[in-house]
Amino acid sequence: MINFMKYRFLYFFISALVIVPGIFSLVAWGLKPGIDFIGGTELELQVGNQENQGISTDLLNQSMASASAGLQFTIDEEKQNTFLIKSQPMEQEKKNAILTAIKEKFPSTKELRYETVGPVLGRELLVKTLTALILAAVGITFYIAYRFRSLKYGISAVLAMLHDSMVVIGSFSLLGHFIGIEVDTLFVTALLTILSFSVHDTIVVYDRIREIAKKNSSTPYHDIVNKAVTETLSRSINNSMTIIFALLALWLLGGETIRWFVFALLIGTITGTYSSTFTAAPILVVWTQLAARKNKRKI
Amino acid sequence: MRFISPSGVRKAASICGESREGVRNSSMRKPRIVRTFIFIVLLTGFSLVTVLPKRWDIQKSFTVFGKTLSINRSLVRPSIDLTTFNIPFKRSLDFQMGLDIKGGTRVVLEADMQNIAQTDRQTALDAVKNVIARRVDLFGLSETAVKTSKVNDQHRIIVELPGLTNTDEALNLIGTTAQLDFREQIPQNDQEATPSSMYEYLNTFRPTGLTGKDLQRSNVQFSQQDGNPVVGLQFNEEGKKKFAEITQNNVGKPVAIFLDEYPITIPNVQEPILNGEAVISGQFTVKEANNLSIQLNAGALPVPIKIVQQETVGPSLGQEAVQKTFKAGAVGIGLVMLFMFLYYGWKGLLANIALSVYAILTVALYKLLPVTLTLPGIAGLLLSIGMAVDSNILIFERMKEELRAGKPFELAMELGFGRAWDSIKDANVTTLFVAFILFNPFEFEFLNRSGMIRGFALTLTLGIFISLFTGIVVTRTLLRLFLADTRQEVKK
Repeated sequence: MINFMKYRFLYFFISALVIVPGIFSLVAWGLKPGIDFIGGTELELQVGNQENQGISTDLLNQSMASASAGLQFTIDEEKQNTFLIKSQPMEQEKKNAILTAIKEKFPSTKELRYETVGPVLGRELLVKTLTALILAAVGITFYIAYRFRSLKYGISAVLAMLHDSMVVIGSFSLLGHFIGIEVDTLFVTALLTILSFSVHDTIVVYDRIREIAKKNSSTPYHDIVNKAVTETLSRSINNSMTIIFALLALWLLGGETIRWFVFALLIGTITGTYSSTFTAAPILVVWTQLAARKNKRKI
Repeated sequence: MRFISPSGVRKAASICGESREGVRNSSMRKPRIVRTFIFIVLLTGFSLVTVLPKRWDIQKSFTVFGKTLSINRSLVRPSIDLTTFNIPFKRSLDFQMGLDIKGGTRVVLEADMQNIAQTDRQTALDAVKNVIARRVDLFGLSETAVKTSKVNDQHRIIVELPGLTNTDEALNLIGTTAQLDFREQIPQNDQEATPSSMYEYLNTFRPTGLTGKDLQRSNVQFSQQDGNPVVGLQFNEEGKKKFAEITQNNVGKPVAIFLDEYPITIPNVQEPILNGEAVISGQFTVKEANNLSIQLNAGALPVPIKIVQQETVGPSLGQEAVQKTFKAGAVGIGLVMLFMFLYYGWKGLLANIALSVYAILTVALYKLLPVTLTLPGIAGLLLSIGMAVDSNILIFERMKEELRAGKPFELAMELGFGRAWDSIKDANVTTLFVAFILFNPFEFEFLNRSGMIRGFALTLTLGIFISLFTGIVVTRTLLRLFLADTRQEVKK
């Protein structure tokens, strides 16, 4: 049996190393919300012309200058001749005017995707998302507290879950600031999945602690947790490996639309595996120690 | 090194005692295991049929000993149709693709209820929905959907038009306010010829100047004479006068009511109606009467609508994404299977068979329910495959421990399953809980009701249930049938 719990403060330190930059970024720059949340328009175009193959962003911008006057927008080249135009909410008529202007210059232009969200709808989604997150956290705390007959387990599991969401949200805040990755509805879905996976993994460890504690009530808690962690580690890693394989394939080979969704899941799986062994279990040990110390003082 | 305390030894011994009985039971239960196995095989076989592509052409020629054999056959997958047995169940067994895959348009319209009284708003919203649904039908697309949603004070209509990417015309048609008007017949002697077709017949009507603006509202009533459903009309002051004039001029003649240039009913005028309250009677069922009343209300309570969200995806973008996602999924599953085989050997191979059963059952269920496939839905499916392996890993690791503790194979297997079940249960319940919040089956207003997240939650939920079945029932049966036997033979 390896004495995992001896190094518990090292694990907390490693977690802090990852989480603190994320929190810093979150406070300083926040997340970069997609149009799902703040409203706006995204227009994805495949611009084509028989004669000239490479079309630059500037050229495209010039071609639509007459129609886009007064509109705030950005153009990004996604890949050869495929462009993404982002702007504040743009009506169908405005879009058509822009499209006509572009088609005059580049006749074989195709509209790949057009999405527009009003600002009210965006705010609404944000509120609903937060509600869902809070509901999930509260529900899980009570379920675990009920199953393990102790609030200690429920709160610790949710703390580990918060740890994982901070890692993921922090990473996306950094990604948003440095390479412009936005968070959208899919990101929220990923986040909720990560939360359930994190708890899923933690429960397996806690379940083992409970089982061993039942059999060996005289053993120090510290040793019980050590034994449980040792016994569940290979399962934890194997299980995560299979999920990571599936996700890695999706990330590398899957389409552009779900790339960052899969990336969020990937980070979440890794931190979820780490946290169940190196966050959720040590928290229990520290909690029990503190409680014992408090009891002693009373005596 | 094992960690044993005196009490632990006692407990472990008692577990052995119980389970020796369990082992005896399991050998006695052999017929039951075989029965379960046959059930699994049949279920998988049936599912496999639904999984097949619609038409499968096999054209191959072999050269055997200088002779050329050629096979030229087509396998055609049957579809399910129980309507002949009076069961409303009909499935073509094709995948239902969502908008983001098939391409198409999704529009959220907001109804401006400013000028509608609070009590009439729900009626007005239903009426708008009805009108839009009828306009959408004109496009002749399949699987369109028109839904209403009410959030706080916002009344919305969500329109989904799969396959429609040329949106300008469609949106102009959908977005206009409904026009209701009453028309009377042009006097006989002014008509050029007797109408020979429906089209010509409708052309014999001319506008009267009485429109939806003059109609206050419509509702379904029940006739005092025979109790049959009838449709009541209440006109406002202006309408009362106009309607009185029209009915006086047209006693015994038809008056047509047009909605969006399309006749919804052509009743005959029985008598002059002067008080502004009319009743349309006929051989209505309650449903027909309701429908007519809703259409009249669409004109009576005209609600301006505007687009607040629109999403148009070209089909090429979606198709490409799906092909990529499927390819990536296949590679991912392949890697998972390879890992399981390398790490757990024959047990891993059995788990892989269980995983294949999982995949087949899942796809079959998607086609039977049916589940609409969206990109996040596919991601949820692939993720749940990763989780499906989890139960197997939990069980195998438990088995390893029991074997290390020196227990016989069969006992270790049964113990592994029994003990892993606790963890599997708790872990899956929490995942189900999150899926439940995401799916929001009770349509709570404070939670999300959008299609994309729902698709993900649905695939995740199905994944959990199917993986519990394959991870536990299927793997266990396979292990009991195949691995246990070979071990025993080796011992002999």
